[in-house]
Amino acid sequence: MSGCGGCAKGSGAPVDPAEAAEDGEFPGPTTNACKLCTPLGACLAFKGVEGTVPFLHGSQGCATYIRRYLISHFREPMDIAASNFAEHSAIFGGREVLHTGLANVERQYQPALVGVATTCLSETIGENMPQLLLEYREKRAGAPGGSELVHVSTPSFRGTHADGFHAAVRALVETLALPAEAGGEKTGRRSRAAQPVALFPGFVSTADLRHLREIAAAFGTRLTLVPDYSDTMDGASWSDYERIPAGGTSIEEIREMGSARAAIECGRALTGQARTAGTHLAKLGVPLHRLGLPIGLRETDALCAALTAVTGCVLPPAMEAARGRLLDAMVDGHKYVFGQRAVVFGDEDMVIGLTSFLCEIGVQPVICATVARNRNFDAMLRAAVPELPADTLVRGRMDFADIEAAAGERKPEFMLGHSKGYAMARRLGVPLVRCGFPIHDRMGGHRLLHVGYAGALSLYDSLVNTLLARKQEGSSIGYSYL
Amino acid sequence: MNPPAIEILPGRSTAIAVAGTAGLPMECNKHSLAGSVTQRACVFCGSRVVLYPIADALHIVHGPIGCAAYTWDIRGAQSSGPQLHRNSFSTDLQELDIIYGGEKKLERALTVLIAKHQPKAAFVYSTCIVGVIGDDVGAVCKTVSAGTGIPVLSVASEGFKGTKKDGYRAACEAVCTLIGTGDTAGISPVSINLLGDFNIAGETWIIREYFKRIGIEVVATITGDGRVDDIRRCHGAKLNLVQCAGSMTHLAKKMRDDYGIPFQKVSFFGIEDMSAALYETAKYFGDPVLMEKAREVVGDEVGRLYPQIRGYKEKLIGKKAAIYVGGAFKAFSLVRALRTLGMTTALVGTQTGDKDDYAELREMCDPGTVIVDDSNPLELAKFCLEKDVDLFIGGVKERPIAYKLGIGFCDHNHERKEALAGYIGMLNFAREVHASCCSPVWNYVPRRAARKGAAS
Repeated sequence: MSGCGGCAKGSGAPVDPAEAAEDGEFPGPTTNACKLCTPLGACLAFKGVEGTVPFLHGSQGCATYIRRYLISHFREPMDIAASNFAEHSAIFGGREVLHTGLANVERQYQPALVGVATTCLSETIGENMPQLLLEYREKRAGAPGGSELVHVSTPSFRGTHADGFHAAVRALVETLALPAEAGGEKTGRRSRAAQPVALFPGFVSTADLRHLREIAAAFGTRLTLVPDYSDTMDGASWSDYERIPAGGTSIEEIREMGSARAAIECGRALTGQARTAGTHLAKLGVPLHRLGLPIGLRETDALCAALTAVTGCVLPPAMEAARGRLLDAMVDGHKYVFGQRAVVFGDEDMVIGLTSFLCEIGVQPVICATVARNRNFDAMLRAAVPELPADTLVRGRMDFADIEAAAGERKPEFMLGHSKGYAMARRLGVPLVRCGFPIHDRMGGHRLLHVGYAGALSLYDSLVNTLLARKQEGSSIGYSYL
Repeated sequence: MNPPAIEILPGRSTAIAVAGTAGLPMECNKHSLAGSVTQRACVFCGSRVVLYPIADALHIVHGPIGCAAYTWDIRGAQSSGPQLHRNSFSTDLQELDIIYGGEKKLERALTVLIAKHQPKAAFVYSTCIVGVIGDDVGAVCKTVSAGTGIPVLSVASEGFKGTKKDGYRAACEAVCTLIGTGDTAGISPVSINLLGDFNIAGETWIIREYFKRIGIEVVATITGDGRVDDIRRCHGAKLNLVQCAGSMTHLAKKMRDDYGIPFQKVSFFGIEDMSAALYETAKYFGDPVLMEKAREVVGDEVGRLYPQIRGYKEKLIGKKAAIYVGGAFKAFSLVRALRTLGMTTALVGTQTGDKDDYAELREMCDPGTVIVDDSNPLELAKFCLEKDVDLFIGGVKERPIAYKLGIGFCDHNHERKEALAGYIGMLNFAREVHASCCSPVWNYVPRRAARKGAAS
């Protein structure tokens, strides 16, 4: 990808010429990737289900690296099992190691669910996962305490960590959610209106998950969040060792999602896709609302409008107050941010949400870069943010070398994205406002709030304060009133 | 309700022993048990960590993005010059590459990146997938090397082809192909190479300085603050000191066989081991002047260090530690360094120790110390609780086990940013252990607060 960093893309063009070149015979190497592999996203999504151990069918290094990477962000235990392929399994297939591995995990962790994700190795040798898992179920039949097994295909040569995340969410819902009539007597007796709202929040922080629950509560509805790793990946100090950290959405709650009052699926990258967790529920008769990540004013308004439509409850006073505080702050600080040039990078959905918010406050995004190989990214972003200037560089498939090269020409005042952009920001001499995933160089990165009016306000404060601090640092006078 | 006690998996019990008890030799050097949640990584990891600090080489990972992304700027290995090693280059293989093969993509990637970054050499790491789709990486390396005029070395590091140790071996093989290609003119007869020091937080510079003061020339450090040209001429040195024995003994043996250079296993962690390394090296050259200088250096450093350490020792005396690290030589040093601070070791384990290493640990540790090979979070948590340790020394993957249970933690892995080698390193270590064990936060965490409440 290096070397094509300067290629701008005209608005509305269906295919970026640079992206088309990417499809050429031998596209260039990636330098300092702004993405991770699919199994990482799947492992995190599985951590959002109660009693679950993620399991990778492949080499043990994949599990170890992903554990290390997630631990550095969340600062929480992150056990991921693996079938630990050896040469023998790569040649003759991994049936034996998969079965031994699953048995060992069930014995040691007594999980309610094992989330089995594949890796590039097991995908390439063509492992027939449904068959292998079926054989395992048959083998252990009759033995007590068998766990639920959910399989997701996550070859790392296709997509990014965000795709792996969404794929695992979809696999959970497709495997577990039952149609309303089959949902058992308990749900059969209840009407949909009494059921929780199913919410697919996307790849957000633990604070975001907690806040989404608060928002739903304000609207007077319960929420089934898939996934919900707000406790498993951000829990309290322990008295005794918890093999599987407490928290997460229960299997039972996911089973009952087929009877949900409504489903809300966040993430504009998903809205064009025919097969998602949300569309599966829609097939079961659940009314589906597809939104962006609720970041900034308009996208949060859209979430509230959906909740109003679902619950019949108008904007609750607490939300109205939060919205008012956000608007008040946006007015108070508008001069500090107006016309400031920003580079935004990260996962597609995070970039869309952040860009939308930046445009609401008068910041000028000069580069909106994502890692995904999504051809529609430009159209998708511009649909969400119609006022985005035509000359803003909007591109997928960018690595940090590309973003840095493009940023050098566009002279941003700050950058907005995860901590892997630090090296680039440091070289360019511009501040990085940290958000999204991963944040490996600050405390509490996993607790940053992005969503809702409160999330926008906290983002706004840190953004404005970064600019003010920079103003002070660069000043020979050093005013203490700004 | 108390959860049932954690049990050891049937396939794992022979990898655990207790010091001071009779028993069979420990099982080790085995492929990790499936589903055991091993703390080990893979062959690729072994190669990548060893070669990573060679700062003027291009390191490209041939495979899908994960392996490259997870090892981007991962180590605290410093360079006094080029910083090329801190980048992450990958062929970022996509589905079509898997179907049609990745050789052309690799060739183009190497050509583009070498032209752009002008490295002194390039290392190409094979990942799992490459071993399966059958790319002829060696042939691509040869072609690109001929075209660019720099050594382009294939590192056979497919993740599934063995353990991390096999990755060390593959890295050593790649380094071997560089050795012997440089000019050895001007190298002193009193000269050494440092093998297996990775210049974490500048440790190589600390150690080099000691040898300089004694009058011993360090030809190459492999691979801390490493340079391709130094490695090419390192066969001109008269002795190899092997610090990280697990990763570098293979290279040392090859250099002994190919160039007649003997080697000594040493450790630069802790006062005893650091001093022994300086004395042993001086002794090897048989020059009384060198030995006198070594005594001066040790006397000087230790004299300065002891009074500073004493204060920490008073506060740490009697505290218990758990150690889980990559290699056994570091574990030996840590057991001794903790003793210097008045502490005992209740649990010690490694990812890559061998039978002799574990026999030695059983010998040197206090009776009752649990010794474990290739452990996992549940076992480590179980032993930490049973032994009621105050401190855990390990890497990032072990940190949350300790913290969740209200146990202090000291990072002794390659990601750390604190120099822990040499005499100044021992002082830093004492300071960090003190900060880890003596923070007031432990008074409030539930596991300890409950006990306090019960005792009062």
